[in-house]
Order: sequence, then structure tokens, then C-alpha cells
Amino acid sequence: MSANIENFPGTPLSQADFDEGKILTTHWKPKLEYGWDAGVAISRYLAELKNGRLIGIKCNRCRRTVVPPRVVCEWCWEPMEAWVYLEDTGTVNTFSICYIRWDATRAKEPQIPAVIEIDGASRGAGILHLLDEVNADDVTIGMKVQAVWKPAEERSGSITDIKYFRPT
Amino acid sequence: MRQVAIVGVGYSGFRSISPDLSYKELMYEAAAKAYDDAGVDPRRDVESFVSVAEDFNEGTSIFDEYVPDQIGGVLKPVHTIPGDGIHGLIAAYMQVLTGAMDIVMVEAHSKASNVLTLSDVVAYAMDPIYNRPLRANPLFIAGMEMNRYLYKTGTTEEQCAQVVVKNRANGFLNPSAAYGARLSLDAVLSSEPLSYPLKRLEVSSHADGAIVMVLASGDVAQELSALPIWITGVGWCNETPSLETRDWESATYARNSAEMAYRVAGIRNPRLEIDFAEVDDTFAYKELQHMEALGLCREGEAGLLLEEGDTELDGELPLNPSGGNLGVGHLLDASGLARVLEVVLQLRGIAGQRQLEDVETGLAFGWRSIPTTSGAAVVLSN
Amino acid sequence: MAMRKVAVVGAGMTKFMRRAQETGRELAFQASRMALDSCEMTLDDIDAVALGTAPDAFDGLHMKGEYLSDGAGAWHKPYMRCYVGGGTGVFAAIQGWYHVASGLFDTCLVVCEEKMSSCQPHPQGAFITIFDHTTERALKPNLVWIFALEMNRYMTVHGIEKKDIARVAVKNKRNALDHPCAQLAADITVEDVLNSEVLAWPVQRLDISPTSDGAVAIVMAAEHVAKRITDKPAWVRGVGWSLDTAYWTSRDLYYPKYVEYAARMAYDMAGITEPRKEIHVVEPYDPFDYKELHHLEGLLLADKGDAARLTAEGVTARDGNMPVCPSGGMLGVGNPIAAAGLMKVSEIFWQLRGEAGKRQVPGQPQTGLAQSWGDLMQVGCVVILGV
Repeated sequence: MSANIENFPGTPLSQADFDEGKILTTHWKPKLEYGWDAGVAISRYLAELKNGRLIGIKCNRCRRTVVPPRVVCEWCWEPMEAWVYLEDTGTVNTFSICYIRWDATRAKEPQIPAVIEIDGASRGAGILHLLDEVNADDVTIGMKVQAVWKPAEERSGSITDIKYFRPT
Repeated sequence: MRQVAIVGVGYSGFRSISPDLSYKELMYEAAAKAYDDAGVDPRRDVESFVSVAEDFNEGTSIFDEYVPDQIGGVLKPVHTIPGDGIHGLIAAYMQVLTGAMDIVMVEAHSKASNVLTLSDVVAYAMDPIYNRPLRANPLFIAGMEMNRYLYKTGTTEEQCAQVVVKNRANGFLNPSAAYGARLSLDAVLSSEPLSYPLKRLEVSSHADGAIVMVLASGDVAQELSALPIWITGVGWCNETPSLETRDWESATYARNSAEMAYRVAGIRNPRLEIDFAEVDDTFAYKELQHMEALGLCREGEAGLLLEEGDTELDGELPLNPSGGNLGVGHLLDASGLARVLEVVLQLRGIAGQRQLEDVETGLAFGWRSIPTTSGAAVVLSN
Repeated sequence: MAMRKVAVVGAGMTKFMRRAQETGRELAFQASRMALDSCEMTLDDIDAVALGTAPDAFDGLHMKGEYLSDGAGAWHKPYMRCYVGGGTGVFAAIQGWYHVASGLFDTCLVVCEEKMSSCQPHPQGAFITIFDHTTERALKPNLVWIFALEMNRYMTVHGIEKKDIARVAVKNKRNALDHPCAQLAADITVEDVLNSEVLAWPVQRLDISPTSDGAVAIVMAAEHVAKRITDKPAWVRGVGWSLDTAYWTSRDLYYPKYVEYAARMAYDMAGITEPRKEIHVVEPYDPFDYKELHHLEGLLLADKGDAARLTAEGVTARDGNMPVCPSGGMLGVGNPIAAAGLMKVSEIFWQLRGEAGKRQVPGQPQTGLAQSWGDLMQVGCVVILGV
């Protein structure tokens, strides 16, 4: 039957249809505000970021140390309570060189987001962050990096208390 | 068809705020309790997971991403139902009915306290072209419907207020209810009007919490539980999102949901065969309107039965022994599952001070609140 | 115990468009109406409706399933919306399957709709809210990041070059020239892809599918009803779905284990032991060109790291041994997220019935597979149809 149908429904619009006022639209800017409770595990994570430290948590069953911390091991269904301080150094697991911003507009300077496996956590356990103080062409998977922190008085208990990671 | 039972329940809450726990931790607490209650290990035994969530209630797009870890569902079949908790329960039930699964769980939660602009979120559910530009607080929908319902049935404002008195008093007997209280009828009637004839105390207040249930097929349920609570009927229905053409009088979505549920359960006379019910009372008049639509009494009769005490804990047909949304707190889309939770506790005989006597069959009905006409019903038996 | 047999008996779709005049409701109606017409059914014949649609942020509506309900034919009917992010489209068919297989219903209309153009200034903006609100969103992450991070990992682990991946975009956009609903059909070369604007290295403009408006619907029915409706029902032989951890930065992104788990579940249900021989036509999820390769490997239809070679050798061409995305995929037809997933199920339906017109793969395929993917590179959904 699909082969028998010549005209599928749907009416594509062009920019001209809007510019020439052929199409009417309504606009709405929603007021959506949230204050999320960080809870037991992430509150501690944020508090330690404010202290200039990364903290993870270890599962006593599978022995995995993960970051960010959580109250239950998703693999073993074992409650997690063994906190472990981690290094603020790590290894680039993968990266990108990004020329557009989150709203799809073009960025002036490229950003280098990366998944960074944190030293002291189990192999493969990483966090999302940005790389800087490095030429984009020089970044490689497997590169060693270290966190660059905001000064203590500027830290607020956020992942942005780490400004970025740079090569060691 | 296969037999399916609820073999485990767990919950966390319910409180007006829950600053100590993240939503993940709230879900984990409820899930851990439910699995313990059912005697199952989610990593080994549970074959499929259903979560109930709406993006804008969470403040996260495609919220289903953040579901698997804290319910034990990583790398297993997990999906989300953006519907009432009872829709989620039915989704789990259908999966067991297929024969492809034996043990399936359902989870629903509320972090309503984290939504700082909740009424803007509700307004965001209205038709963007026809209705939103009016910039009216969506509570007007409840006010308009209540007005029409009173006009049609002769139900009085006093009777609606009486629902609040009853349910919040029931809430006092429920340790997990957030809003138990002894109120006078006058206090309710004299509370400030929000959208005539709806008054402030007739609108349920939001609460935080999480609920998890474990479902199992016949033989497995018998093995797992000494007292499985059987799902004997399910039904659900949408009327229309249109404010312009909907039935403002009689909650068609509830009537159709119940008709389907009774048909599946083989119930011919719900008034006689249903021992008690937990029905949506997001707004006080809704308990009465839903009671009629669900066939638990004739049209226009609900207010009178309430006055006569029939729907009290010791009445002929207790309604919302838990306290309902008015007493327990409105748990966003987990509200329906809270209704089911109470039916399960009552049928197991572990409802404490509010335990009903000699109950064998209970009905739970959930509604997705304004501006929807979306409802779901489930009939349970011990 | 024997499971109830369920078939797809009808399908319909709208054009996929960058910006449609129709509202989401109207798009849902058009696709639903067409699906019903295709099998000479009316809404009265439908017992229940299942709806799939991705983030509410696109349409700019809270509880958008409720808003879409009457457009999807749900008035006065049991109606349920399902959701697994980008995987929603194929999952909706799984949901339709369990509605009918449960025994509660004999027929189910499955509708998927997406109207991404409502989100201004650009639908990409809605995607920042898919990241963890406390540990990631403060970094202002961009959706393309995660694909770029995954693609880079995939390329690096296997030593695959961009030109090997670009062939997928070339193939799919060319296949789409034969699809009457296609938004981005084109005859392009590997060089065109490699020379297109770099968005987030290694992702370039022509590696990506477009944002779209559109809707797709299918009708599913139980065995006794399906046989009355059509002499060629496409039976649901297997379904599978799997969701991996939300902690995506702790996974090795080079391989989609969740797709493998979903595929194994579906193969088991279908009794398929040698998928490479038994699956005759494949519609894996291809919002980015590398994803088609990634998914073929996860589906066990190619060895790890070997899918690019199959593409280069023409195995996955429409007239190859294992046609992949003969529809033109999302790269060519367009990507109204949930609708695109259900489009893949529809394409398998049409291919198995020999109704795909100029897109028809040769050799009268008996078994086909549709797969979708989504969330934080996290979910796999698989449906296997057979005639």
C-alpha cells in the first residue's frame, strides 16, 4: 500500500511562509524552576568539591570505586557506604572538539569536552568535564590530565569548582 | 488469562518536603523495601521494570535515563510510562499477562517540593494555541467542573467540604500520611475560595515520596508470597484534552475505566462486590463525582451516602481509608499508586489503626489531575 | 506457555518536514488515519491506543501525551504513552505488542509523533536538560558532545577512519531519494561529508540527521483478527529492550552492550540462532552515520569493528546481501525522534509485504529487524517481524 500512495500527508513550511506573514504562531516562554535536593551521596560530593577534593564511593561486593558517589551499587544492588578520596588527576577516555554551543549557535572558540577516568577510581569510572590549556590538535585518548580548581573562596559546591582539566 | 498478583510493596514518605534524600535515594528506599517484602533480588529475579514519570515534573528531559540504577534495572528491560501510577501498574501487568515475563516491577515517585513553579508547570499542559493565551490559573478547570457537577447532581458545597473532613481525619490514622488533621466543616467551608466554588482546603496539597510494587504470575506469586494480592481487573480511558468539548458533569474517563475493569474482573454489581475503594480526591468534589462514575452509587447519591456515614471507615463502603490525596498528600503521578498501596495493605490486613474488617475486594482509581481527562482503575482481591 | 501471536496489519506516515504547518495533534491524526485506511479499518475497530513521543520540551507542552490523545484516536479509549528517550519509536511497537499479547485487546493503534520545530530558537536547546541536573548541567553540555565522545571512542578503539563512516551517510541519503516522505534525500559523496562543517569533531554536519516534524502509525492485531484483516500480516516474532546505567561516563562507549542485550532477548523470543543468516533486512537506528555501524555490531549482525568494512563492500546496500536502512534511514528520511523509530518498523512491514516500491529490496525478505536507541547512549529496542 505504501507503494500505491503518491501523496503522503503533511505540509512543509518555508521560512518565507513566516516572513510573509502567511503563518500565524503563538509564543510562550515557560516559567519552569526547580530546586533539586542533592541527597546523601551527591551532597557529600558537592561539599568535597567545595573543599577542592574529588570523592568517590566503593562497593564492598564488587570492589568497584565509582564517581560520582551513589547510595547503591547499580551492579550488585549492594548499599554503598565506603567513601574514598580520589586524586584530582586522570586519563582521557574520549574527547571531542566542539564548535557549537549547547543551543546550537556557533562558538567563537572550540570547547574540548572529555570523559576523564579519575585516578583512584576503578578503571573506566570517569566524569564529564572540559579540557583547556592545550592545543586541540594535541589532545589524545589516553592523555594524562589534572584538575584546575577555582580559588577556594570562589568555590560553591558545584562541578564548576573545577574550572577544567589540563595536561600534566 | 494468566493470574497476576502484587507480591511486594515498598514506599518512602510521604512528607511535604524531603530535603534529606535525592529522588534517586527516595526511589532506592522504596525499591529496597518492595524487593525485601517480595523476597526477590532485582538483579537476579526481576525481568522487567516500569517507571512512571513526566519530564516537567522532574525538571529533566527524557527522565527515563535516570531510572535504572536505583531500582536494580541496569541492562535489563526498563521503560517509562508518562501516565498515572496505575497506568504504570497496568503496563507491568500486561507484560506478565503476555507470558514473556514472570516478575515485573513498577515504580512511581513525587518530588513535588523540588518544582518551584508547580502551577506554571500545570499551565504548561494546556493547549498552547486555544487555552494558554488566556493566562488563567489552571485551577479554574476544577472550579468550572465542580460548579457543573453541583448543578447537575444537586450535591452541596457542604457535602464536598465533608469529604475533606473525612479524608484528613483518616489521614491521622495513617502514619505515612502527610496531612492528617481534624478539621471542622466550617473551617473547610470558610477557607478562601480559589476558583468558585472550589476552596483552598478542598485542594489536596502536594507531598514527596516513592512507591514500588512487585508483580508476579500465578505460580510464582504463590511461591513468593503467603498472601498475594490478585489483580482481577484493570481498565483505563482518556476522554479528551479539549476544554471546549469535554464532559464537565460526570467524569466519563472514570466510568469507562471502571466498566472495563469490572468486565475484566467479571464484576456485575460493583456496589455489592466492591468492599471498599481508594479513589482520586485531588479536589474534594472529585471523590463524590468519581464514586458515581465508578458505579459505586447512583448519580447524585454520593453526597448523601457520605452524609449518612457510608463512606467512613466503619461504613458500608469505606472510601479512601488511607486519607486519599487530601490526607496522604498529592504525589503527582504517584498518586494512583498510593491508592493501590492502601488497597494492598487493607487486603493484607496490615493497615493498622485504620484496618477495615472483612475486606476481600477493593478498587483503586487514579486520575491525572487538571487539565487531563485521563484515568485508570484496578480491582484487587486477596 | 504459548504466547498470543501479534501482527502488524497496517501502517501510515506523514512526510518528514523541517517545519510542518500541522500541529502535533494533526500530524498524529494524519498518520493514524492513513494507517487505518491502509488496512480498511476504522477507529471503531480499535480497542486501545499506544502513543510514543519523545521529550515534552520539543513540543513545548507538559504531559504532551494527553494533548496528543484525541489526534491519535484515543478519544474514549484505553490510552497509554510510553517512553524510552530516542528509543521510543520502536518501543511503542513493543508496547502495542504487549497490549495485544496480554489478551486484553485484539487490536491496538500505535502512534508516534514529534514536532521538534515548536522548540525555539532551536530544538537542540531542549537537550541540555537531558544531562544530570547536579553533576553535569552546570558544564553547559551540548547534545552533540556525547555523540562525538562516543564516535571518537568507537573510531579510536577500532582504528576506523571518518571516510569509512561517511559511506553510511552517502548510502542512506541516496536510498532516501526513493522515499516519498524524505526530508533530506541527496546524492552526495564521501568527500562532501568529509568537507562539511565540523560541529564537534569527529561529528560533521553531514554525519547528522536533521530535526524534523512528522508522525507514523501502525495497526497491530491478534492472530484471529489479523488473518481476517489481511492475507499478509507481518508477525511480531521477537521483541527486546534494555536500558543501561545512567552513569554513562563509567561505560566504555565503544560498544553498545544494551543493544546486544535487547537483540539477544528478541532473537531468543523469535528462536533465531544465526541472525546473520536469518535476518534479511535491517533498519538500525541511524541518527548519526557511525550509529548504524555501532548498532549493526550490537545487533550481532557484524563483528565488533567490522561494520564499516561491510558497508565499504556493499553488503549493506539495498541490493546487498544484508540491506541496511533501505528506507534511507533517519539520515535521509529525517528524524522526528519517536516517529523515526516507528518509521523503521513500518519500513520492515512494507519490505516484508513487497510494498516498498522503489525502495524494495530484492529476494522477497521473510524476516526483518527494526532497532532504536536513545537516552544517554543507553537504551536499545528491537522488534523482529516475519511473514
